[in-house]
Amino acid sequence: MAIDIQTSPEKASSDRTALIRAGLRRRHLNEQIFRGLGIAAIVIALGFVALLFVDVFRKGIPAFVQSNLHLSVTFDEAVIGSDPVPVRGDFVSDAEYTAANLKWQRDLAMLNWNKIVEASLRKAAPEGFEIDSKQIQTIPETNARHQIREMFVANPSLLGQTVDVDVLASANAANWIKGNIDRSLGDGQQQLSPPARQLIDTFVDNGTISNGFAWTIFTNVDSRAAPASAGLLGAFVGTLWMMLIVVLLAVPIGVAAAIYLEEFAPKSRITDLIEVNINNLAAVPSIVFGLLGAAVFINWFHLPISAPIVGGLVLTLMTLPTIIIATRGALMGVSPSLRQAALGMGASKTQMVFHHVLPTTFPSILTATILGVAHALGETAPLLLIGMKAFVASVPATPFDQAAALPVQIYLWQGNENRNFFEPRTAAAIMVLLAVMILLNGVAIYLRSRLEKRA
Amino acid sequence: MDMLAGKVKKTSLNVDSTMNPIDVLERPIRLTARDVTVHYGAKQALHGISIDIPDRAVTAFIGPSGCGKSTFLRCINRMNDTIEGAKVGGTIKLDGEDIYAPALDVVELRARIGMVFQKPNPFPKSIYDNVAYGPRIHGLARNKADLDEIVVSSLRKAGLFEEVKDRLQEPGTGLSGGQQQRLCIARAIAVGPEVILMDEPCSALDPIATAVIEELIDELRENYTIVIVTHSMQQAARVSQRTAFFHLGNLIEQGPTEDIFTNPVNKQTQDYIMGRIG
Repeated sequence: MAIDIQTSPEKASSDRTALIRAGLRRRHLNEQIFRGLGIAAIVIALGFVALLFVDVFRKGIPAFVQSNLHLSVTFDEAVIGSDPVPVRGDFVSDAEYTAANLKWQRDLAMLNWNKIVEASLRKAAPEGFEIDSKQIQTIPETNARHQIREMFVANPSLLGQTVDVDVLASANAANWIKGNIDRSLGDGQQQLSPPARQLIDTFVDNGTISNGFAWTIFTNVDSRAAPASAGLLGAFVGTLWMMLIVVLLAVPIGVAAAIYLEEFAPKSRITDLIEVNINNLAAVPSIVFGLLGAAVFINWFHLPISAPIVGGLVLTLMTLPTIIIATRGALMGVSPSLRQAALGMGASKTQMVFHHVLPTTFPSILTATILGVAHALGETAPLLLIGMKAFVASVPATPFDQAAALPVQIYLWQGNENRNFFEPRTAAAIMVLLAVMILLNGVAIYLRSRLEKRA
Repeated sequence: MDMLAGKVKKTSLNVDSTMNPIDVLERPIRLTARDVTVHYGAKQALHGISIDIPDRAVTAFIGPSGCGKSTFLRCINRMNDTIEGAKVGGTIKLDGEDIYAPALDVVELRARIGMVFQKPNPFPKSIYDNVAYGPRIHGLARNKADLDEIVVSSLRKAGLFEEVKDRLQEPGTGLSGGQQQRLCIARAIAVGPEVILMDEPCSALDPIATAVIEELIDELRENYTIVIVTHSMQQAARVSQRTAFFHLGNLIEQGPTEDIFTNPVNKQTQDYIMGRIG
C-alpha cells in the first residue's frame, strides 16, 4: 500500500499509521519468537547441567558413607608370641639397638594378624555360626590386619589385652550392605559366599557394622589392595602442588607478557605474529601440551615422571595464552581518558601502567586468572602423557615426588574393576573436584565484586 | 606554591624579556610555534601553523569541528606522541627552548605544561590522591606536610577547597561534572606548571558549572599562561585576550580577541563569527 501524496495530509497521516501498525504485529511476533528461542536455549543448557549434577550427586552421595566394623580385638599372646620390645638401655650402640628394633618389627610383620582379626569377628558372630576362615575374612577390608599390627607396634603393652577397634568393612561387604549389588542374583554371581552375606546382615542387625561419614575419602591415599580405604588425599595434594606452580608461574609471566604486548611493544609485524600465535596457542588441544611436556620437561630436562612439577609446568604453558588474552582484553578496555590524564600529568608510561591502568583492571585480570587456573585444575589429558596416571599411593611432600591428580584419580577410579564399589566413589571424587572448582569461581566472583566496589 | 620555587620554574620571574619579543598585548611571548604540521599517517591534519602565545594571558583557539585546533593544542605538550602514526613537523619553543629537541624529556615538559581535557577525567582515587599524584611522581614535596600544603593550595586556587575540604579521602569520581573538572584543574596546578592547556574544558558541563570554570580561568591567568580550545565563541570572547581561528587545518587569523570578534580581517573568520560556517 503506497501513500498517495495527492490526498489530504490527514489521510496520508492515517495511512502511514496503518502501515506502521501492520508492520508492528510482525515485529512484535519476531521479538517474541526470538525471546522464546533464547529461553529455550537457556532451559536446555541448564537442563543438561542439572541432569549432570543430579546424576553425579545421586551416585556420589552414598559413597560418602562407609561401613565400619566395631570389633573387640584381643592381642593374643599365642599368636603374637611374647618377645619383649627392645629397649635402648639393653644395647651398647645405637646401631645394635636399631638392628634389634628392626628385627622385632620384621618378626611382627611375619605374624598372621588375620588370625586375630578372624578371632574378633567370630567373637562378634552368633554362637555356633558356621563359616570358614576364608569366607569370614572377606568381610573386613584387607588393611584391617595392618591397622591392628600398627596399633601393636605403636603400643606393645597391648599384648594380652582386649580393646575395641573400628575397622573398615570390605568393598564387597559395603556393596552388599548399601545394595550396590542386586541381592536377588544367584550365588554364582555374588562376590561374597552365602554364609558371609548372612553374617554381614547379622552384624548390621546386632550393631557390629554401622555406617559413618567416609572420612577415609579425605584422609587416605589411593589403594588397590584395600579399595574400601581408597581416598583422594594424595591426588588432592598433587593437584594443590600443580595449582601452586601454575599460579606462581603463569600469572606473573602471563600478566607481564600481556602488559608488554599491550602497552609497550611497538605495533609491528613481529608483534602481530606473536599475537596470532598466542591466540592459536589458546586453541591447541591440551593433549598436545602433554606431549610437549613429555618431550621437553621429561626427556630434555630430566624432570621426574609423574611429578606435580612437570604437571604444573605443562598446565602453566596451557594456561598462559588464556591469561595473556584475558589480561590484554582487560587492558584494552581501559578508557583512553585515564591514560591521557596520567600522561598529561607527566607520568611516564610505566607509571601510567602501574599507577592507573593496572589498578583499574586488577579485578578483571584476577577473575580471568582464577578462571584460567580453575580450567587447568580440571585438565586431564596432558597429565596422562607425563605419567600422572600411574598408581601412586602416597602424599607428595614436594612437587618432585610422584603424585596423582584429582581429575586423573577420577579417570583411574572410573576404570577400576570393582564397578559396584567404584562407581559411587568416582562420583564422589567428581563432587570433590566440582567443589574445589566452585570454590575457586566463588572466590573469583567475591574478589571481583569487592574490588570493584572499592574502585 | 613558594615551596616549588627552584624545583619547577615559576611563571613570570624567570621569563627573560630580552629573549622573548613583546606581544601586542605588551606581554612577553612564552610559546612560539613556527610552521607546525601534523600528519596522521597519510592524512595531513595541520598545515604550517605559526603563532605566538603571550605570557599570563588566555589564548583561545576557535574553529569548526575537525579544524585542527585540538590537534595543535596537543602538539604543545607533545600528547600527539602517544598517538600511533602521528608525525609532527616544524618547531615549537617554550621560552626559546625547542620542545621537540631530542634532549628534552617529555615528562619534564608535561610537568611544565599541564593539560585539562574535554571530559573531566579524575583518577579513580581519592580527591587528595588526585591532586597529590603530580607532586608525588615528580618528587615536589619533601614530606607529608609539604604535600598537604600543595594539595590544599591547589584546591583553593581551583576554587574547589571549600566544597570538598571535609571529604578529601572520598573518590574524585564521586564529584559532580563541574567539580570533577575543577579537580582536574587543581591536579594540573599542583605540579606548578607554567602553561595550562585546556581542551574544551566546559563542553561536557552544564551552563552553571561552565560559568564557574570560566571565572576560574579568568583568575588563573594572573599566574599562568593559558591556552584554551573552545567550540563556543561566546566563551572565547568572555575568557580570552587573544584568539586564533582555525579552519581545515590552517590558522586563518589571530589577534587580540576584541579585534577578531569585532573586526575580523579574513572572510572565513567573518563567516564563522557570524555563524555561517561551523
